[in-house]
Amino acid sequence: MDETPTMTEQNPASHGLAAGLFENSGAKRLNLESETITLEVDHLNLFYGEEQALKDISLKIPKHRVTAFIGPSGCGKSTLLRCFNRMNDLVDACRIEGSIRLDGKDIYERKVDVAELRRRVGMVFQKPNPFPKSIYENVAYGLRLQGVRERKVLDEVVERSLKAAALWDEVKDRLNQNAFGLSGGQQQRLVIARAIAIEPEVILLDEPASALDPISTAKIEELIYELKDRYTILIVTHNMQQAARVSDYTAYMYLGELIEFGDTMSLFTNPEQKATEDYITGRYG
Amino acid sequence: MTIRKWFKSGAPWIWLNAGAIAVSVIMVVGLLTLILVRGFGHFWPAPILETQVTTPEGGSVRVVGALVRSETIPTQVMRESGMSVPDDQQVATRHLIKQGNRDVTGRDFRWYPEWAMSEWRYPDAALWIERREWGDFYGFPLRLLENGRVIAEGEARVWEALQPRIERANRIHEEIESIQRGEIGRVNYLMERVRLDQRRAQMAFEQGEIDAAERDRRLAELDVRQQELSARYGELRQQLEDLYDQVDRDVLVARVADGREWQVPVAQIVRAAQPNAMGVFQKLGLYGERLWNFFTGYPREANTEGGIFPAIFGTVAMVFVMSIIVTPFGVLAAIYLREYARQGTLLRMIRISVYNLAGVPSIVFGVFGLGFFVYFVGGAIDEAFFPAALPSPTFGTPGLLWASLTLALLTLPVVIVATEEGLARIPSTVRHGSLALGATKSETLWRVVVPLATPAMMTGLILAIARAAGEVAPLMLVGVVKLAPTLPVDGNFPYVHLERKIMHLGFHIYDVGFQSPNVEAAQPLVYATAMSLVVLIVVLNLTAINIRNRLREKYRGESD
Repeated sequence: MDETPTMTEQNPASHGLAAGLFENSGAKRLNLESETITLEVDHLNLFYGEEQALKDISLKIPKHRVTAFIGPSGCGKSTLLRCFNRMNDLVDACRIEGSIRLDGKDIYERKVDVAELRRRVGMVFQKPNPFPKSIYENVAYGLRLQGVRERKVLDEVVERSLKAAALWDEVKDRLNQNAFGLSGGQQQRLVIARAIAIEPEVILLDEPASALDPISTAKIEELIYELKDRYTILIVTHNMQQAARVSDYTAYMYLGELIEFGDTMSLFTNPEQKATEDYITGRYG
Repeated sequence: MTIRKWFKSGAPWIWLNAGAIAVSVIMVVGLLTLILVRGFGHFWPAPILETQVTTPEGGSVRVVGALVRSETIPTQVMRESGMSVPDDQQVATRHLIKQGNRDVTGRDFRWYPEWAMSEWRYPDAALWIERREWGDFYGFPLRLLENGRVIAEGEARVWEALQPRIERANRIHEEIESIQRGEIGRVNYLMERVRLDQRRAQMAFEQGEIDAAERDRRLAELDVRQQELSARYGELRQQLEDLYDQVDRDVLVARVADGREWQVPVAQIVRAAQPNAMGVFQKLGLYGERLWNFFTGYPREANTEGGIFPAIFGTVAMVFVMSIIVTPFGVLAAIYLREYARQGTLLRMIRISVYNLAGVPSIVFGVFGLGFFVYFVGGAIDEAFFPAALPSPTFGTPGLLWASLTLALLTLPVVIVATEEGLARIPSTVRHGSLALGATKSETLWRVVVPLATPAMMTGLILAIARAAGEVAPLMLVGVVKLAPTLPVDGNFPYVHLERKIMHLGFHIYDVGFQSPNVEAAQPLVYATAMSLVVLIVVLNLTAINIRNRLREKYRGESD
């Protein structure tokens, strides 16, 4: 919400904003009907105790695309994101109705192994959260959990993951140093490397750049762009330029409801709902 | 500036806070200085004074000894206690002289009023001797006898001849010590094992586990073993006798203060010096030697002389065993309370109970330890594992293990509280990071959370050690004694004897200071022992703090 007034000053009209954003991104219009669907949310309701945080949400998330969730603080976008790897299970009073299917299988079924699900659906948090271990061990953590011991395999995966996260060149000489010695942006890329080391199908990014400076943010965004060839990426952000820059599809949420979902270009240049337009043009609230 | 403005400026608060810290610092430094000076000053070789004192009856006695302290008191007090004091004096100074020679005069410390004393002299030949029995000796050397024959006469010659002979006697004493403590101790230990094996064989027969023939075969074997050991014991006994004969060879004849000649067997002498003739460096050498002896020696003369090594060893051993017990228990309990247990009324009550354990008077823990650990648990262990030794108890009596367990119970809340706080400080983002990678809760806990909380656990252990090492009251009930014949660790299998009684610095202070018949002789040792205890606790704490800082460095950034 903090950015909203700033944006109003910079971009008085919706067309101006969208035009400015899409000029350099080279984005093209996409069609949801022709995509392969990885995640399918079906009439999802989520309650924290008595309070309903998500209201009847249904949407389909296409494979190997970046889907952004935008909306004002408290709209439920992070809560929704956490449903995809069942992090909400950690909240005692949290109750869920409806279903989420990953490749056609309901992830909220009783027999689902949550640890296995989280291996398939990786997550990166708002604040970089490396473990108090060496850079190497941070990346190898997921593999070690799976019982991988061979040094050769670990070495290979660590190098590949760090390269994929565009961090290899910066840390290759100090893999055995504590991860806390890295800068915030490097830490966040390390966390991304850690997530992709276990080869998930989906990566959830919960405001991954909100705690970073502009240069680090740009690096993360580049990274997202490169990773989408191999992973289905879901990103929560309240920075609308970022959503417009990195995503293929965008969902706008407000007060726990999904207001509008569509390909990013259409949503930003020609929103169907008045509420969406108000939000992206800064007239929200 | 008005008072009101001054209050508003906040300056009074700064003064108040700074004043509080200043008072605390002054008190701590003062305390440490007091025990340091009083305790470690004792080992400095004091000059020996010689003077004539006029007795109230009009006679005159010669006094030789070291000044302990002086005080000035109103003469009224002295008159009331029946002393004759010159009429014109309002206040009088009196001196406490350590004149040693307890076997000669019966009193080794005595007050003398200053007005009755003649001028003090410090004769170079005055001899100070630390003896194995009867305390210190002060006198002037006359002759040295070897097997009753005079081999040296005159102060200078005797002094010269004396030193190598003291060294020889000390060497023989060391040998005697090592035979007594080491080899005879070992033989005794083995003989006790043979005796128990005999009992076992008999008991096995009575319970029908073996037949008479088997029992007799075993007993015969053990008899052979016992005879071997007896023979070995006889040999050692003989060796000891020979050594005692050798050590008794030399005798020093010295003149004591009242002019009598007194025989001091060289075998009795630990060390001798002529402090009045010594330079500063010689004194320093002697000081270091005595101090070293204090830390490494065994106590003598009802703990009022000799060293405190067994007490230091006992204290350290007890703290170690306690740490080994309390850390896993406290950490596991804290992890359960913080990570697994459902937060609710029951848990809150458990937590309050645990926290309140810290406030229970320690003697209560002692009584509990005696009743539960020693008699109940120890008794059960004896019946189950050491039936052959009954009725004399093995674990069913106070000992190192029970003292450590009692202290572990006493310090458990400290470790639990510190660990819980440490766990609570671990940010949830780190836990979520691990869970999001497909780790289970226990994997997250053991791979990420617990390592991060180790500095907090060390903090708990540091507090526990500080509390445990200084605790005395409960220990008197569950395993600490004034004189333990053997250390809890020695060369006999199984090397660590958790059932043995131990000595402890804290209890040693109490025993020497308040249970000793010779108050004046004991006093400096009380201070020295107190200082040793303080130093020991500081060393233990510094070690633990050092470990914690290393851990913190390792997990820098996320722990406090």
